[in-house]
Amino acid sequence: MPAESQSGASERFVPPRIDGGATARSLVSRKPLAVVGMVILAVYIVLAAVGPFFVTDPVATDPPNALLAPSLEHPMGTDNFGRDVFARAVHSARLDLTLGILIAMCAMVIGSAVGVVAGYWGGAVDETLMRLTDIVLAFPGFVLALILVAVLGNSTLNVGIAVTAAFVPYFIRLTRAQALSERELEYVDGAKLAGNRSARVAFLHVLPNSLQPSLVTATLVAGWAILTVSGLAFLGVGIKPPTAEWGVMVSEGARDIDAGHWWTSFFPGGMIVLAAMAFHFIGDEFGGREA
Amino acid sequence: MWRYLGRRLLVSVVTVAGIVVVVFFIMRVLPGDAAAVRAGPYASEEKLEQIREQFGFSDPVPVQFVNYVKDAVTGDLGTSIRTGGEVTEELLIRLPASLELAFYSVLLAVVAGVPVGIAAAARRDTWIDRAARVVAVLGSSMAFFWLGLMLTFLFFFKLGWFPGPVGRLAITTQPPETITGFFTVDAALAGNWGLMGEAFSYLALPAVTVGFVLSAPIIKIVRSSMIEVLDSEYVRTARALGVRRREVLFRDGFRNALIPVTTAIGIIFGYMLGGNIIVELIFAWPGVGRYAYEALRVNDLEALQGFVIVVGLLYIVLNVVIDFIYSWIDPRIKLGQKVVA
Repeated sequence: MPAESQSGASERFVPPRIDGGATARSLVSRKPLAVVGMVILAVYIVLAAVGPFFVTDPVATDPPNALLAPSLEHPMGTDNFGRDVFARAVHSARLDLTLGILIAMCAMVIGSAVGVVAGYWGGAVDETLMRLTDIVLAFPGFVLALILVAVLGNSTLNVGIAVTAAFVPYFIRLTRAQALSERELEYVDGAKLAGNRSARVAFLHVLPNSLQPSLVTATLVAGWAILTVSGLAFLGVGIKPPTAEWGVMVSEGARDIDAGHWWTSFFPGGMIVLAAMAFHFIGDEFGGREA
Repeated sequence: MWRYLGRRLLVSVVTVAGIVVVVFFIMRVLPGDAAAVRAGPYASEEKLEQIREQFGFSDPVPVQFVNYVKDAVTGDLGTSIRTGGEVTEELLIRLPASLELAFYSVLLAVVAGVPVGIAAAARRDTWIDRAARVVAVLGSSMAFFWLGLMLTFLFFFKLGWFPGPVGRLAITTQPPETITGFFTVDAALAGNWGLMGEAFSYLALPAVTVGFVLSAPIIKIVRSSMIEVLDSEYVRTARALGVRRREVLFRDGFRNALIPVTTAIGIIFGYMLGGNIIVELIFAWPGVGRYAYEALRVNDLEALQGFVIVVGLLYIVLNVVIDFIYSWIDPRIKLGQKVVA
């Protein structure tokens, strides 16, 4: 029976033919900022994927060459242990981008599954889940992540878990609101009349149709996750020195700045902001809202 | 209205109770021995036992919980194991520093963000609009710790325009007599203009750091709600009747866009109530955020618990206040009813 309800839907929906070139051109003219974001992101992804094979060891110290200003040999200079800042920043790109993207994806998957349960079934389940998210949302996300890392212990995995937990409530809210209006639509009645169990209707029919706002928000969250992870690392929570991580690097570089050695903190911090901007340009142009 | 207020209050109480329960039990899971922090590294086992007894750590967890709630209801949030002081008192001493920074940051964000948002909406899809959106994206992608550091480097170390990151005033300066707790206001009330100027100069860099980040959501919300209003039928009617563009923009446009903007300001201010841990650390700002961070480092459970509960409470109170401000801005809104655009 489910096959019939789906064929009913496909009759109405005729997929448009896609002309790749025209789509790209219209994207550049209509959403130029999104294109800027995608280009920056592409550079970062290439850097994260192949960069580490081409640069020097990010943790090998070289005291005679400590705190060299940026030059052709060391494009971002060296830090107070003589480590190449560019090499460390490139290694960090792999770590931070992976964390940012994985955190956004996990938070979206967990949050939208819970959200659809709350929105589709409603009643006491909904009320309980919403009160719980209210409680979580009353903490500033950064404080919540900070406390969770303290409870779980310092490790990269625990940072990932803690930051994911801080962002899950946003996706619960978004998906719930969407599922609330979706469940009133006719295709849901159709799916139910066709004899589908309610779990199947909720997860295979309502959920995919409720995902759109979450997908856009996930782009924004990837940017915020990078900011949160590096912010925690800056405080010495989670990812610790001598790991090559942008927040760790800014924290270490902060000690050199009063002597005028600005490059040890300027470049890694700039990498954080630019990475977050890339995600936010994309999310912003596709209608992302502040959560 | 009273029924609505009653329900609102009930939900708030449930949320606060939830916060207390969640925080209390999360704290019990924190690794490390709090008594060892108090006693220092060379304490004997009897000394540790005595401290556990004194702070009630040797009781079963449910008993500890009941005792904690009993005291919390009377405003006693326990004793900080790190400093030995009353948590409620220590938080109240530090709260004005955080609130003053939050207030000026939000003020800066509003003063800068609202005109930019209006300009972007009025000149939609032009370069002004694009530039405003780039600024907004830059703000929401900014890392507090990096911006704070770079501003300090530029304006303190290089240019020397603003004082260094040592807190609210120079270490040698006597703070003004406490009336409101805001140094800028207290100094003005005392008629000490030099001191007020000094307080402002120390506030400048942290407030700009936070204000820049906070201006991003303000720009976005002002822009989108202004666009919504400008596309509305009553604005079209007003334009058709020959009302000037400028007049429409400010009288009809901005007034109606004020509601979502108020919500945004409320949410942002609520978010800032907990202090900004990173900014308070960078600028050595003696606020509640830094207090919480130091408590966390040494497993000072009571202090951390107190911080989270106070922040949650303030946040909820603020939200109820915002509801009332709505009905003042827009008399059409009756409390408890959804706004129909």
